[in-house]
Amino acid sequence: MIHPVAWWAWGVGLATAAAHTTNPVLLVLVVVVAGWAVLERREVGAIEAFRPFLLIGLVAVLLRVVMAVVLGNGVGGSLVIVDLPRLALPSWLAGLRVGGPVTLESVLAAAVDGMRLAATLACIGAANALASPKRLLRYAPATLYDIGTAIVVALTFAPQLVDLASRVRVARRLRGHAGRGPRELARLVVPVLAGTLERSLELAASMESRGYGRLPVRTGRARWLGSILALLGTAGTCAGLYGLLSPSVGGWLGLPTLVVGVALAAASLVLGARREVRTAYRRDPWRAPEWALTLAGAVAAGVFVVADGTGAAGMALHSAPLAWPEVPLLATLALALCLSTVALTPVPPRLAAARIRSAAAA
Amino acid sequence: MIDFQDVSVSYAGQSRPALSGATVHIDEGELVLVVGPTGSGKSTLLRCINGLVPHFTGGLLQGRVLVGGRDTRTHRPRDLADLVGFVVQDPMSGFVTDTVEDEIAYGMEALGVDPLAMRRRVEDALDVLALAQVRDRPLRSLSGGQQQRVAIAAVLAAGPRILVLDEPTSALDPVAAEDVLAALHRLVHDLGMTVVMAEHRLERVVHHADRILLVEAGHASPLLDPAEAMVTSPIHPPVVSLGRRLHWRPLPLSVREARRRASDIRERLATLPPPGRANQGARTGRSADHVGALGAAGAVTNVVAAAIGLTVRRGQVTALSGVDLAFTAGEITAVMGRNGAGKSTLLAALVGELPRHHGRVSVMGSDPARLTPAARCAAVGLVPQDPDLLLYADSVGAECRSADADFGCPPGTTAALLARIAGPVPGDRHPRDLSEGQRLALALAIVLAGGASVLLLDEPTRGLDYQAKARLVEVLRHLADEGHAVVLATHDVELVAEVAHRVVVLADGEVVTDGPARQVIAGSPAFAPQVAKIMHPIPCLTVEDVCHALDPVS
Repeated sequence: MIHPVAWWAWGVGLATAAAHTTNPVLLVLVVVVAGWAVLERREVGAIEAFRPFLLIGLVAVLLRVVMAVVLGNGVGGSLVIVDLPRLALPSWLAGLRVGGPVTLESVLAAAVDGMRLAATLACIGAANALASPKRLLRYAPATLYDIGTAIVVALTFAPQLVDLASRVRVARRLRGHAGRGPRELARLVVPVLAGTLERSLELAASMESRGYGRLPVRTGRARWLGSILALLGTAGTCAGLYGLLSPSVGGWLGLPTLVVGVALAAASLVLGARREVRTAYRRDPWRAPEWALTLAGAVAAGVFVVADGTGAAGMALHSAPLAWPEVPLLATLALALCLSTVALTPVPPRLAAARIRSAAAA
Repeated sequence: MIDFQDVSVSYAGQSRPALSGATVHIDEGELVLVVGPTGSGKSTLLRCINGLVPHFTGGLLQGRVLVGGRDTRTHRPRDLADLVGFVVQDPMSGFVTDTVEDEIAYGMEALGVDPLAMRRRVEDALDVLALAQVRDRPLRSLSGGQQQRVAIAAVLAAGPRILVLDEPTSALDPVAAEDVLAALHRLVHDLGMTVVMAEHRLERVVHHADRILLVEAGHASPLLDPAEAMVTSPIHPPVVSLGRRLHWRPLPLSVREARRRASDIRERLATLPPPGRANQGARTGRSADHVGALGAAGAVTNVVAAAIGLTVRRGQVTALSGVDLAFTAGEITAVMGRNGAGKSTLLAALVGELPRHHGRVSVMGSDPARLTPAARCAAVGLVPQDPDLLLYADSVGAECRSADADFGCPPGTTAALLARIAGPVPGDRHPRDLSEGQRLALALAIVLAGGASVLLLDEPTRGLDYQAKARLVEVLRHLADEGHAVVLATHDVELVAEVAHRVVVLADGEVVTDGPARQVIAGSPAFAPQVAKIMHPIPCLTVEDVCHALDPVS
């Protein structure tokens, strides 16, 4: 089995890359790479997370486009597709516009913006499908107990939400409803959220009663120091990642904050590792394919971040004047690297067995 | 080993404490069965043992709980993990990892067991619970019994001295349940572990218990001897009920003991003509020619639902293959079989919820998959395994009104149905605060409000205590008499013995047996109810049957 950290490094790298371009060709390529990896390397019986994430992404694209059509998004343009009747708003809502001319440029800009989010989500979905977050958490340091529980619970929340939503929809149909339409959806929200929350709590209770996050007795000061370092480090890492992923913020919130955050977090981890009580049962080894995956993810992220930062040609869709974007060579090569490293990884055992069986049957 | 010292637990916003003044002392190496109706405080009591109450659930705990000398006030559940293993009711919801081996190792990793020792203990746990065959399988692909055994193996491997289990067999078929209980029995007798377990299906567990703890409305009894406790317990299995009716002392608790006591009764009954059950004598034997009659389309007018050559695939698995079944008005059919045999799939296909690969389904003359949801509800209704799925409103009254509106019935229809099924249920109560039995009744009332003439119930007795079950039996009989066709998918052989006219046994998606209940379950080692096992070869299924046979006049 491939080490889950490697798959997540690869997936997060790809997601970072996707967040740094608005070139639709590159975005589609990112989704293709992620989708192909899921198709070829998802173990039989692993959670099917890719499709729901992709669906959520498509909803995001649609929402953006609809918002741009109705409310406009500040992107001007000359190619008017349709001129909607403009709603007269009271003077105190002067900043808002409802209706009016819809230009091709603004619709495209909104669609591409949505696509960027969709591609980022698809990469995270692929990482989920390739290495279950539960497996990943086995490698989380004990210092991060509370965060770790929160992450496991949060990550199982989404697939359970999907599962429960479909069961509740069936039940709605048993009560004579079609189970479609916005009013129906609104009625589903409460039972689905409540049910999923209940199951998540049960999981957290089970982790707790099986000793997750058990630490030997330690002094008050060491605990304080560890907690403060971990908190600052996590906050710094999150803020830094946010700055890095969202190009509009940038500046000091980007790389510098990330570096400081990671350093603080590492310090807290080292502190925590000194009193680590957990042991490992048959941990996945870290070998050449793991290095390759991690490197490929890092390279892709690096290439896209640098190209975006330096304003290299082809990274962004030019909406005025509208032109078919050129495809930058370096970025495409980085994505090809990501794709080829997937081919280097071994096929997971049950998937391989299933393939042999179906080949024999054919 | 476990010491409750005047323990009371109360949760915010609840009028009475969930547990009050419990003083219990459980010694090492005992198997203690906690018995009580739903909502009596059993779960709270179990969760006190490993500190989930109050550390995880909140609430106010008064008094002291000492477990192996550790006070749960100062020890969190994770600090007790090496001493107490806790198995939740639905094993799937408590699994932290994805495969069997990882799950078993998880607790030991958290406790910091040496890797070499861990390897050995994983192997031991796999052997003790007979899981070596499935060691690298994903947990989701296992059957219910296997999942439950993995959950036990996972806490066992961490080396606790105490196991706490909340209804470990409620979701299991009789054979899988027997596997789990045999494993627990072995842990107590070979390893001297202390086991505390709550279970509604007393017929499965009472003879394994060393001590019984009765809990009612938050009050816990002292530890009782099982045979003594069963003399007065309002909740008791059929074997006890037979023993009480025939005034056997000491009361036998297992089929073996009762069978020895019953030898003279069997001799007496062997000379009498075979007993017939008053409520179903006319119906037995009728079902055998259903399917044949179906060929002459419409020749049998009272067939209300039928599956013809039905094949359903779920992913790679063929869940049903070539199933031919017909259900007639006024008949109660029980669909039985192992976990994963295709029972739930059959019910889902009968309401038209699953894509079919071959064959037809017809309910009241039309294909349910093609009807609009509203029209379908008028033909066929399904109460799902988890009745909560049907409930959305924040009070019983609102739920009933919304059901009336859903089906376009006159206001008050659902409430009247509910009152008829469950007696008075406070209308301002939140559905989540009802007992399991009342929730099931509410879901059933909603489905009936739709006017369905074919009624499907998936595992209706899961989590029901005996009183709620007795009530359900009456309701089902009444519905059948009114002309509903009732189909139950169930593991509960005692319910089947009480209520079913006909039994269909599925295995791997195929119909193995289809015949009158009496014939099918009396002879089966897996599906025979306790009384049938005691009376074999006399074909009596229930205590009523025996009494009726002994004294036909009364």
